[in-house]
Amino acid sequence: MAIIFIDGKPYQAKDGVSLLDACLSLGFDVPYFCWHPALHSVGACRQCAVKVFKDEKDAKGKIVMSCMTPVADGMRLSIDDPEAIKFRASVIEWLMLNHPHDCPVCDEGGECHLQDMTLLAGHVYRRTTLKKRTHTNQDLGPFVNHEMNRCIQCYRCVRFYKDYAGGKDLDVFGCHDHVYFGRSRDGALESEFSGNLVEVCPTGVFTDKTFKKHYTRKWDLQAAPSVCVHCSLGCNTLPGERYGTLRRIRNRYNQSVNGYFLCDRGRYGYEFVNSKIRIRTASVKTNGAAPADEAAPELAISEIRKKLNGTHEGGIIGIGSPRASLESNYALRELVGAENFYHGVSDTVFNMMGEIVRIIKDGPVAAASLEDAREADAVLVLGEDVSNTAPMLALALRQASRNAPMVNLAKFKIPHWDDAAARNAIQNEKSPFFVASFTGTRLDGLSSEKPYRAAPDDVARLGFLIAHELAPESPGVPDASAEEKSLARRIAVALRNSKKPLIVCGTGPQSIHILRAAANAAWALKRAVPDARIAFSLPGCNSMGLALMDFPSGRPVSEALKRVQAGGAKAVIVIENELDESIGKEGAEEIMSLPCSVAIDFIATRTSQLAGVALPAASFAESQGTFVNNEARAQRFYMVMQPQNKNIHGVWRWIMEIKAALGTEKQCPEIDALTAELAKRMPQFAPIADRAYFPPPGFRIAGMKIPRQPHRYSGRTAMHTNIGMVEPKPPADTGSALSFSMEGFYDASKKQKIPSALLTHYWAPFWNSVQALNKFQSGTGGPLLGGESGKRLMEPSGSAPAYFTDIPEKQKKAPGPSGANNKGFFAVPLYHVFGSERLSMESQAVAGLCPEEGQPFIAASPRTLSALGLNKSDTMELEIGGAVFDFKTVADEEMAEGLAGVFVPKNANIAADLAGLYSKLPAWARFLVKTERKQ
Amino acid sequence: MLALLRALWLILLHTFKKRVTVQYPERKAYVPPRWRGRIILSRDPDGGERCVACCLCAVACPVDCIALQATEDKTGRRYPETFRINFSRCIFCGYCEEACPTYAIQLTTDYEMGEYRRANLVYEKEDLLISGQGKYPGYNFYRVAGLEIGGKAKGEAENERPPVDVRGLLP
Repeated sequence: MAIIFIDGKPYQAKDGVSLLDACLSLGFDVPYFCWHPALHSVGACRQCAVKVFKDEKDAKGKIVMSCMTPVADGMRLSIDDPEAIKFRASVIEWLMLNHPHDCPVCDEGGECHLQDMTLLAGHVYRRTTLKKRTHTNQDLGPFVNHEMNRCIQCYRCVRFYKDYAGGKDLDVFGCHDHVYFGRSRDGALESEFSGNLVEVCPTGVFTDKTFKKHYTRKWDLQAAPSVCVHCSLGCNTLPGERYGTLRRIRNRYNQSVNGYFLCDRGRYGYEFVNSKIRIRTASVKTNGAAPADEAAPELAISEIRKKLNGTHEGGIIGIGSPRASLESNYALRELVGAENFYHGVSDTVFNMMGEIVRIIKDGPVAAASLEDAREADAVLVLGEDVSNTAPMLALALRQASRNAPMVNLAKFKIPHWDDAAARNAIQNEKSPFFVASFTGTRLDGLSSEKPYRAAPDDVARLGFLIAHELAPESPGVPDASAEEKSLARRIAVALRNSKKPLIVCGTGPQSIHILRAAANAAWALKRAVPDARIAFSLPGCNSMGLALMDFPSGRPVSEALKRVQAGGAKAVIVIENELDESIGKEGAEEIMSLPCSVAIDFIATRTSQLAGVALPAASFAESQGTFVNNEARAQRFYMVMQPQNKNIHGVWRWIMEIKAALGTEKQCPEIDALTAELAKRMPQFAPIADRAYFPPPGFRIAGMKIPRQPHRYSGRTAMHTNIGMVEPKPPADTGSALSFSMEGFYDASKKQKIPSALLTHYWAPFWNSVQALNKFQSGTGGPLLGGESGKRLMEPSGSAPAYFTDIPEKQKKAPGPSGANNKGFFAVPLYHVFGSERLSMESQAVAGLCPEEGQPFIAASPRTLSALGLNKSDTMELEIGGAVFDFKTVADEEMAEGLAGVFVPKNANIAADLAGLYSKLPAWARFLVKTERKQ
Repeated sequence: MLALLRALWLILLHTFKKRVTVQYPERKAYVPPRWRGRIILSRDPDGGERCVACCLCAVACPVDCIALQATEDKTGRRYPETFRINFSRCIFCGYCEEACPTYAIQLTTDYEMGEYRRANLVYEKEDLLISGQGKYPGYNFYRVAGLEIGGKAKGEAENERPPVDVRGLLP
């Protein structure tokens, strides 16, 4: 700690940080543009000038850029010095020379850092009569709108896009006041993190294009803390609602998880909430195949009761979901009984999830949070294509790739936050980074050596080899080639010599061997490096919660099918699940053909269409619950808005209604009571009862709830008057400490701390933009003042590892003898950030970026294709497990020889039999050239 | 006694003074041009809607009686899709007019808005939008703003230079 004197008063500041950082952390309002807590200092805008004095006798002082000046003990500075104020006012006047008169039509207006800083720096009147320079705009794709006139040349966009996120297609062009930030030509931004430009840009150059279509000012958005549902990382989000529709998603800062950023799937995948595919009324199928009729909820419930009449205990089976909340899964499990509860995932996924829980729970190595990943200094990615399955993890790994060479900065006496200098000093040096995958990944560029391309089993073998190199007692791979051995040795040495190595794997390749190999490697590494971590990417937003539900006993859905086939069930309740994907079309049809089949979901799926009774559920934005992310961190999401009509209820409430109808329970408890019960009954979830992390519904500050609406929320007395003159009372929220109102407690003075889990928006006097966040952090970029939101459920037990010894055989080149015209190839699953997640595919913007226009395809190396006599864009058929599918073929230079990547987008148009294909992969498949099959 | 007579005398005198009561509605009282009466939405000199749906009137409104939703035409010109004022709540404070950056929303001299049903006091956009410019003739926001819209390309607004050629190397 250093003591610095600001305008004569002593304050404590952290050693080694920049003066701007220190001033902001202490709560002073120093204007700035180019500085960003995650991108650090570059000194481009000259806005953060303060005066520094040599000693107490020095009255003259000198003006310095506070972002470029390190804090020193005993330093004296003045923010309020008249000369410094004048300097800042003239800088902002100069930055505003060419800024257009756009605020009323600019989407950034009202949450604009430039507006805030202009006022803060004291510029109110345009004196110049010079003409303004203008720029033409570019079409940057479906996510980001471009309006270059508004640019103030702070360079934040390229610093984020190129330096932080590794994008290659956004850059700065031109010179002097012609400087232009854009692409070399029009086209969609390639990076899957492009949406962050909207938040990074201090003004309205980059704005949210999907938000533009239903634009609402920041102050009119009703928001609540939420958790992203589009992958397993559990990034924290702030969805905003107006007039009953979800308008946008913004980042919610959580130091341990997503920090300042979100991926585009998380940011733009929200539109399923408003989409036509939502189930909005209950439907009851009359006599088998007749079309589903709309029915009142009471009718649907009474239909269920009628059908279940006589179904004795054990006759109802329940199928849980990796995308439903803990509470919903728990309610279902309680209704049907633990022995009748099945996990709605394929056998492969079920087994992998069980193994992952075992690895985290029983092994000595902790699961890495995204913060751990950002801080890692050596990375090994085993098999998983993280950029496509868990994009924010890929972004974290990108930061990890800079950490090892950052150690050298001390040698040059460059502080880590002096970004331009630091990047210049470390040049192209990278942390040790190794990628083993089937095909090219977007992390390949970070790889220390040529990425290892191989089949899943071979990737696993490499992992086992590395583990053996690290710890000789872990089993070796006897028939490994010398090449593989030397690669493993190089990786092992690099990992062992690092301080915070991270091993990344996941369920993407659908190989349990890879998970085991990664665990062996991490455990072996732990002996040499205590801070070793392992990160998993999982299939769904609550996969971990579901897996923990019955661990280690649970059952996958295939056992439910067996039971149905054996006649052991009369009724089934499926929640938020597409059974085709886990058990195939026939299996799903068989389960749903039980005398009583109920599907509770918020979007229409093939399963809900097969169901006898389909009930409209609330989406994440309309309900409350808990998700457990990939590192077993339980996080609460709250209702952002009321369900769009009275028929829509949370899944858990529907189950309670069914329970009440069956006469087992009279009272329907509140969601919070359900959560408390769940935490009590299941010791693995006990931490979610911790009120410090999850404030109870009775939580009040100064007797008040926390408002969902900002204090400037407008139109209350006119927004409903087209329906009726009676102004409705704000709905009561009995399940949480948040209110559906603008009234309540909100304070940004750092005195009263709103719990982070309840922080609905960031605002402070003078700070309307997202940068107001610094008023809620203890030190910029540090943890939120309101404590952590979310709690990890599992920490490593620390016991000695029992290494996995089941080492797979080397991948065969072919399955065996094949016909003259048919060749066997090993089919592996491919994923794409835009396309491999069902809900986000309801967003037009996301669906538009799905590869190959949303058509399924097979990717194989050109050599593999030419061996089959195929051209790049031919169609071929794939026979897998006896079924034949039509596929477009795509040449993929990077694909390992003998492998074929299968990609099936998860959109509504995909045939039911294709949807279940992933559950069979990886597997041997035969390719039939289409013409030959016809003969 | 004296006081009573004095009062009678004064009343008698008043019968010869000029009357202040106006026979409304046969005769109308004088209303100054800056009177804050019924709110209208005006049009720019080219006949386009002045309102750009910036929501500043709504947020300035102390009784929150203005609700609107923005939308855009194909050329990127923003306008209100719906614009509703609940006059049964309006206090005619004029803050909306003060906040309006485009002179779109204006208070007029019309105060005759009585209704028997409160619902009739809810004015939608078609009730509010007039065909003229109202009190502030001549102003067209889009001629000043840098945004490109139909009929006005980049660099064609007032006080603008033509768009920069980024590939040019000249100083």
